[in-house]
Amino acid sequence: MHGIFTIYKKEMEDHFSSTRFLLITALIVMVGVIIASMVGMSMRDELQGMAKPDFIFLLLFTSTGKLFSFIQFIGFFGPLIGIILGFDAINRERTGRTLSKLVSQPIYRDAIINGKFLAGMTMIAIVMVSLVVIIAGLGIRLIGVVPGAEELGRLLIYLVLSILYISFWLGAAILFSVVFRSTATSALASLAVWIGLSFFIGLGGSLLADAIAPMTQTADMAQAQDSFVKNAEVQRVASLLSPATLYGDATSTILDPLRKTPRSFVLMGPMERISLSRFQNPLPLLQSVVIVAPFLISLIAITFVCFGICYAVFMRQEIRST
Amino acid sequence: MEKETVIRMEELTKRYGAQTAVNRLSLKVLEGEIFGFLGPNGAGKTTTMLMLLGLTEPTSGTVRVCGYDPARDPLKVKEMIGYLPENVGFYEDMDARQNLRYIARLNRIPDKVSTGRIDRLLEEVELAKEADKRVGSYSKGMRQRLGIAEVLIKEPKVVFLDEPTIGLDPDGTNRMLDLIQGLSRERRMTIFFSSHLLDQVQRVSDRIGIMIQGKLVAVGSLDDLAQRGLGLEEGEAYTLEEIYMKYFKEA
Ligand SMILES: Nc1ncnc2c1ncn2[C@@H]1O[C@H](COP(=O)(O)OP(=O)(O)OP(=O)(O)O)[C@@H](O)[C@H]1O
Ligand SMILES: [Mg+2]
Repeated sequence: MHGIFTIYKKEMEDHFSSTRFLLITALIVMVGVIIASMVGMSMRDELQGMAKPDFIFLLLFTSTGKLFSFIQFIGFFGPLIGIILGFDAINRERTGRTLSKLVSQPIYRDAIINGKFLAGMTMIAIVMVSLVVIIAGLGIRLIGVVPGAEELGRLLIYLVLSILYISFWLGAAILFSVVFRSTATSALASLAVWIGLSFFIGLGGSLLADAIAPMTQTADMAQAQDSFVKNAEVQRVASLLSPATLYGDATSTILDPLRKTPRSFVLMGPMERISLSRFQNPLPLLQSVVIVAPFLISLIAITFVCFGICYAVFMRQEIRST
Repeated sequence: MEKETVIRMEELTKRYGAQTAVNRLSLKVLEGEIFGFLGPNGAGKTTTMLMLLGLTEPTSGTVRVCGYDPARDPLKVKEMIGYLPENVGFYEDMDARQNLRYIARLNRIPDKVSTGRIDRLLEEVELAKEADKRVGSYSKGMRQRLGIAEVLIKEPKVVFLDEPTIGLDPDGTNRMLDLIQGLSRERRMTIFFSSHLLDQVQRVSDRIGIMIQGKLVAVGSLDDLAQRGLGLEEGEAYTLEEIYMKYFKEA
């Protein structure tokens, strides 16, 4: 325990003075706040003299302004914070030749990984909480509503989800920093996985679906329908492999109770959107949580898998200072 | 008084694939001794040291440091030993004091205790004037001395130094060797140090082990080695170089 705490403290100091981390965080906070405040301003104009709809406060986070909504933005770029914090956690010490010194001190090796992970996670929590608090403050000023208890509860769950999600990326990045000796390689590997899982899995999923269950061109209506359903099913299963998709679904379920379906916005067609907007019964908070819980559990599970591999590789690894 | 065996290796072997880096090494080092581990590049000196520290696992054989197995009781061993790696690194953005403080904290030394110790050690390794400069700006000699200070901050019983004089100028080398000698004489520390430079090993070691291509070819005091290796009588003149060359040719 002692070792973890010492390493945690040093890592926190390092993060606070790391230009790289501060730059990327400043950028993400800035863009996030700009997106939300643009949404807030257009809402203020549109809502003039109208009755305020339910969950108006959450719309700050979920409405797409010009390009995408705040939660979509964090879904795409949030992982970068985790990657920046973790990609060189271990191999930086290796190339700086401090690692052999560190592992010859009376601390367990897992304390090094755990201390670094906890420090990173704390930074992620600080960034996410301040972002949400800034936007909430802006929202109160712009649209003049104070969030209700349920809205606050949903925001809180959103925060937990996001912190865990970005921490998953932190864990993955730390894993790469253990496996790869060069910081450049681990950075590239982390980025490749990030791009792969965030952007290409949808593409890969539809390719896979076409390969496994091609949509047949027949005159037989029933058969065509059948193959269409199969194809969509394969696509859905493939998308479950992507933590990015899962996270997107989970956050929209939590913050967008009126939508009732956990599909990410970009993947929804116009008809789907129209039909959804007809049904305006919000999903109760408890139900939202029930939908999100499996995702949360699997997220924690894959983070632990990352850790398991980290330990397995690092615990018995030979550490030379050359 | 019988001296305690601090380091014991029996039939210690380390293989990397087909290559045997350390081949059935058996060796004892007694308390308070300065043991010089001599060998050319690639002889297996560093590998031996890593096994003693539990930083790599032996392929076969046993190691005991202060009675503990470094692979099974790593913390027990690491509490008692200090290790100066071959190319020691530091946190370049921190100053000497901060680097030392970090190591002290990892060893559970309270700041109240370590503050005084850090000041004394910085005096001792002649870094007191530069203590507040970033380590990134240190010269090779200063880094090596800071490395020694980091080893000593936890007041270890056994000290492992891997090529402690490498890259030092003659004056720096002398001061380093004096320091090593002082640690053994004044603080009763056991010192295990490696080098490929004969004259340095000769100058400070109580006993010497010569390792060539993973095999310990000779071990003993300088006189022992001369008598056995070269077949010299007592009092005859010799240099370690002659001994070394002889074993080297044999190997
Ligand atoms: N990870 C490794 N994989 C394969 N071979 C290795 C590995 N580490 C060391 N070796 C080999 O083991 C042998 C012993 O290496 P070691 O570093 O112990 O030598 P050394 O005596 O410390 O040499 P030097 O004076 O150059 O530091 C060398 O031949 C080296 O090539
Ligand atoms: Mg070596």
